Amino acid sequence: MPADALPAADVVIIGFGWSGALIAEALSAAGLGVVVLERGPYRDTASDFPPGFAPDELRYAVRHDLVVPTAQNTITFRNRVGQTALPVRQWGSFLPASGAGGGGVHWNGQTWRFRPSDFVLRSHLANAHGHDVIPSDATIQDWGVSYAELEPFYDRFEYLAGISGRAGNLRGHRQEGGNPFEGPRQRDYPTPPMRMTLAPTRFAEAARALGYHPFPQPSANLSEPYTNSLGVVIGPCSYCGFCERFGCGNYSKASPQTVLMPALRRRPNVALRTGAEVLEIARTPDGRHARGVRYVDADGIERYQRAELVILAAYTFENVRLLLLSGIGQPYDPRDGSGVVGRNYAYQTTASVQLFFDETRFNPFIGAGALGMVVDDLNAEGRDHARLGFIGGAHLAAMQSGGRPIQSRPTRPGTPRWGGAWKHAVARDYLRNVRLGASGSSLSHRGAWLDLDPTYQDRHGRRLLRMTFDFHANDLRMIQHATDRLAEIGRAMGPAEMVVNQRHGPYSVVPYQSTHNVGGAVMGPDPTTSVVNPWLQSWDVANLFVVGASSFPQNPSYNPTGTVAALALHAANAILTRYLPAPGPLVPR
Amino acid sequence: MLGLLAALVAAASDETRAETPAERGRYLATVGDCVACHTAPGGTPFAGGRAIETPFGPIIAPNLTPDRASGLGAWSDADFLRALRRGLRPDGARLYPACPYVYFSAVRDEDLLAIRAFLATLTPVANPARGAGFGFPFNLRPLMVFWDALYFRPAPFVADPGRSMAWNRGAYLVEGLGHCGACHGAKGALGADPEPGVLGGGRVRGWFAPDLGGDPRAGLGGWSLDDIERYLATGSNGRALAAGPMAEVVENSTARLTMADLRAIALYLKQDAPLSQPAAAPSPVPNGRIGAAIYADACAACHRANGEGVPGLFPRLAGSSAVQSARPDTLITVVLHGGRAAATGAAPTGPAMPALGWRLDDASVAAVLTYIRSAWGNEAAPVSSEAVRRGR
Repeated sequence: MPADALPAADVVIIGFGWSGALIAEALSAAGLGVVVLERGPYRDTASDFPPGFAPDELRYAVRHDLVVPTAQNTITFRNRVGQTALPVRQWGSFLPASGAGGGGVHWNGQTWRFRPSDFVLRSHLANAHGHDVIPSDATIQDWGVSYAELEPFYDRFEYLAGISGRAGNLRGHRQEGGNPFEGPRQRDYPTPPMRMTLAPTRFAEAARALGYHPFPQPSANLSEPYTNSLGVVIGPCSYCGFCERFGCGNYSKASPQTVLMPALRRRPNVALRTGAEVLEIARTPDGRHARGVRYVDADGIERYQRAELVILAAYTFENVRLLLLSGIGQPYDPRDGSGVVGRNYAYQTTASVQLFFDETRFNPFIGAGALGMVVDDLNAEGRDHARLGFIGGAHLAAMQSGGRPIQSRPTRPGTPRWGGAWKHAVARDYLRNVRLGASGSSLSHRGAWLDLDPTYQDRHGRRLLRMTFDFHANDLRMIQHATDRLAEIGRAMGPAEMVVNQRHGPYSVVPYQSTHNVGGAVMGPDPTTSVVNPWLQSWDVANLFVVGASSFPQNPSYNPTGTVAALALHAANAILTRYLPAPGPLVPR
Repeated sequence: MLGLLAALVAAASDETRAETPAERGRYLATVGDCVACHTAPGGTPFAGGRAIETPFGPIIAPNLTPDRASGLGAWSDADFLRALRRGLRPDGARLYPACPYVYFSAVRDEDLLAIRAFLATLTPVANPARGAGFGFPFNLRPLMVFWDALYFRPAPFVADPGRSMAWNRGAYLVEGLGHCGACHGAKGALGADPEPGVLGGGRVRGWFAPDLGGDPRAGLGGWSLDDIERYLATGSNGRALAAGPMAEVVENSTARLTMADLRAIALYLKQDAPLSQPAAAPSPVPNGRIGAAIYADACAACHRANGEGVPGLFPRLAGSSAVQSARPDTLITVVLHGGRAAATGAAPTGPAMPALGWRLDDASVAAVLTYIRSAWGNEAAPVSSEAVRRGR
C-alpha cells in the first residue's frame, strides 16, 4: 500500500452523476461512510448556475463547458475493423459530462420507464415472432431483471425528482391521457404534466387524427413546486428553454444538485472529492477482491483510497475503460465473440423533420428540455415490425426545447448561408418553424464494441478507449420507417414547406445525435455474456458494482436516465439487503 | 465488513432534552447562539477567533474552551457570572458590548452556570486571539465604564404572574439568552442596545433585521404563531426565508430548540411585543414602469409575476415584511450581493439569490426595489439611488 493512503472508507464511489449520487444517498442514509471521487469540478446551483449567466449559450452549448475536456479524456473512433481509429478532439455526436452532477446537470429531463418487453428483448422477440427475426449478428439479450422488479425503484426515482407526467397504466388500468403502452405503475407521477405550447399541441392533434396515441413527455422540468422525501424543494419550470447543455438556474430541473445534494451536504458520513480522476481499481493479489482505487487529486498528487466496497459509476465510456485498465473481466474479442468487457456497445438511431409555416407563430423561445408531446405507437410491441423487415422501434415527438439565439436559426432549403436574404429568412422563419424528432432503438451487434486503443494515450499515459461502431442495417430500416410516419404527421400539420432529415449510414461521430451511449459492461444472468449480474455486481470481483447505462445490453428508443436511476437504486437496495448481510457473489458463478 | 454491518445497525442517537447541568448548558448555549461569534470561520467551535464587525471596528471573540492560558480554564464560577452579568473580565477590564451581556443580566444564575458547566466539558484549545481593532478613543477599554454608565442597566428577569408560563418562558428567552434585540432593536449612537422589549428593527452587517412588533406590513402582524414557529424551526415558512445573519441564527440556534420553546417565543413575540410605529406612508412611485420592466426581466422567473414566489424556495415579495421594512438595507444587500437562505434538517434546500449588482446600476436597483415595495398591495417608501450606492 502506498505511504500516502487515505483512511479507509466503507464505500468509494467513482463518479458523481445520477448513479453515484443516488447510491451515495441510499448507502449513507443507512449509515455507511461514503467517499465519492468525481473527476470534474464541484458545481452547485447557487455557486455555478445563477440565472444571470446560466443561459450562456456560447459557453455551454458551443464551447461545452459542462462536458469533459478532450485534453483530459476522450475516445478514439472508427466505423469498422480495418480502419484506424482517430481520437475525437472536439465532441460532436455525444457529449460526455464531467463535474459534480454529471450528465444530470445538462440533460433535457426527458424521463422514461422502459417497457416490460425491453428487459426480455431476445426472449420476447423469439416468442412473438420466432428466432429468425433476430439478425444473426445481433447480440441482443435479456437483462436478467424484470420491469416488475424495477418498478419500485422507478417509482422512488420519480418521487425523488418530482417528475411531471400523466400515468397511462395504473396497476394495469389504462389511464386516459398517458402513455397507453407503458408498463403498470403503482401510482401516478408526483406532479402533473407541463403546460403545452402550440407546436406540441398541433402535433398531438395531427397524430391523434392519424390513429396514434399522443401523450405529454414525462419531464424532469417540473410543472409545479415539489418537495421530495428528503425535504428538498424543487421549483416550477420557467420555460426559459435552456436545459440541454445547461445547468438550471431556477432549481426547477431535477439534477443531483437540486434533488440530492442539499441532503447529502448535511451528512457527515459523505465526502465528495472533486477534481479526483481515478486511475485504477486496485485488487488483492488473487484478483478476486477490490481493495480500493488509485486516483490523482485536484493538486495532481496520486492518492490511494481504500474501501470495503467499490462502486464504479462513471459514464459508460469510463466505466468500460477503468475495467479494461484495471484488468477486471475478460475483454471482448470480436473475432470469436468471446469475452465480455466492451461487448454490446449500442447507441440510438435518430432522425428529424423540419416544418416551416407561412403564418402560424410557435414562439420557440418558450421551451424546456422535456416540453412536448410524444407518440410511442411505433415501438416494438405496438406493431409487427418483423413483417416490415426490422426489429426494434422508435418514438416520435414534438419537443419545444428552446429556440436559443446562436444555434437555433432554421431556414428553408435554398436560403443563402449569409447576407441580407439569410437575415430576412431567419427573421421570417424563427417564429414559424417546428422540429419533429424520431428517436429509435439500437441493436447490439458483433461489429460494435469498445476496447483500448493501440496507439493513443491520455495525459497519464493510459490508453484511450476505442469505439468501433456503425449503424446496423436493421436500425437504418427501422428509422426510415419511423421517419416516414413522422413526415406523415408533419404533413398533416399543414406546413408550407417540410424538410425530412432521414438518417443514413455510415455513422458519423461529428454531428450531434444523442448522448445515450450504452453497453460495454452489460448486465445479465449469464457470466459468459455479461460483465455484471442482475444487481450490477461484477461477476469477477464481488465487492465491485458497475452502475450506469454501461449495463444496458442494447438500447431501446427511450432516453436512459429513468432506467439508469432505477438500476442504481435497485443495486443500492441489493447492497443493503443482500450483500452486506452475506458479502460475496449474489449469484453463484 | 463487520464494520459495515455495525454501522448499519448503529441507531442514530437522538439528542434528548438535557438532564445534567452540562447537557442543559449545551442547550442554553444553543439558545444564546454563543458558537456563532466564538468560532473562527473553519475553526474549532467555541475556541474563539472570529472577528465581529461593529460600527467602531472589529472585535475578536475570545476563546471559551477550558484552556487555562487562553480560554476560561482559570476562571471561577464567580468570574464567569461577573463577565456575563456585568461585562467585567477577571482582571477587571471591561468587555465591549459586542458580547450581549446587557441581555445576559436577565439570565438566571443556574442557567449561566449550566452554560459554564457545558463549556468546561469542551476539549481545551489554545487560541490566544482576542482583542479589538478599534480606533481612538474606542480602543480604550476603561472608557467602557462611561458606556456602561450611560446604557447598561443590569436587570434580572422578573416573571409576570399575570401571564402564562409559556409567555414568561418566551419573554425570558427573547429578552435574555436569545438577545434578539441585539439585532432587531435599533442601536443608539454609541452602539447601545434598545430598551428591553423594543424590537422595532435594526441594522446589522448591511442587513435590516425586521421589526418584530405587531405592524401588519413591516412587522409580525400578519404572521400566525405557526408561521413564527416554522420560520424559527426550519428557516422557511412560505412567507419568508431566513437569509443573511438570520440564516446563521436559524442554523446554529433556533432550528435546534424544542418546539415548546419556539412556541413560547412565538407567543411572546406575537401577542405582546408592543406595536411599533406603522410603516411610512407610501409616496407616489417614481419610475414605476421601469421598475416593473426590470422586475419582469430579472426577478419574475423565480419570484413570479405576481410576487408570490415559491414556498421554501423563492421568498414571497407580496405582503412580505422584509420587503416593506422601514429601511431597505436587506433588499439592497440581497439584490446587489445576493444571499443564501438557511439550510436546516427540515428544510435543507438552502436556495440562493444571485448577486445582480454586476448587471444592474444604482438607478435600476432603486427602481425595481421601489416597484416591489409598492406592487401587489405592498406599501413602503421608495428606495433612492443614493441608498443603493451606499450599499455597494
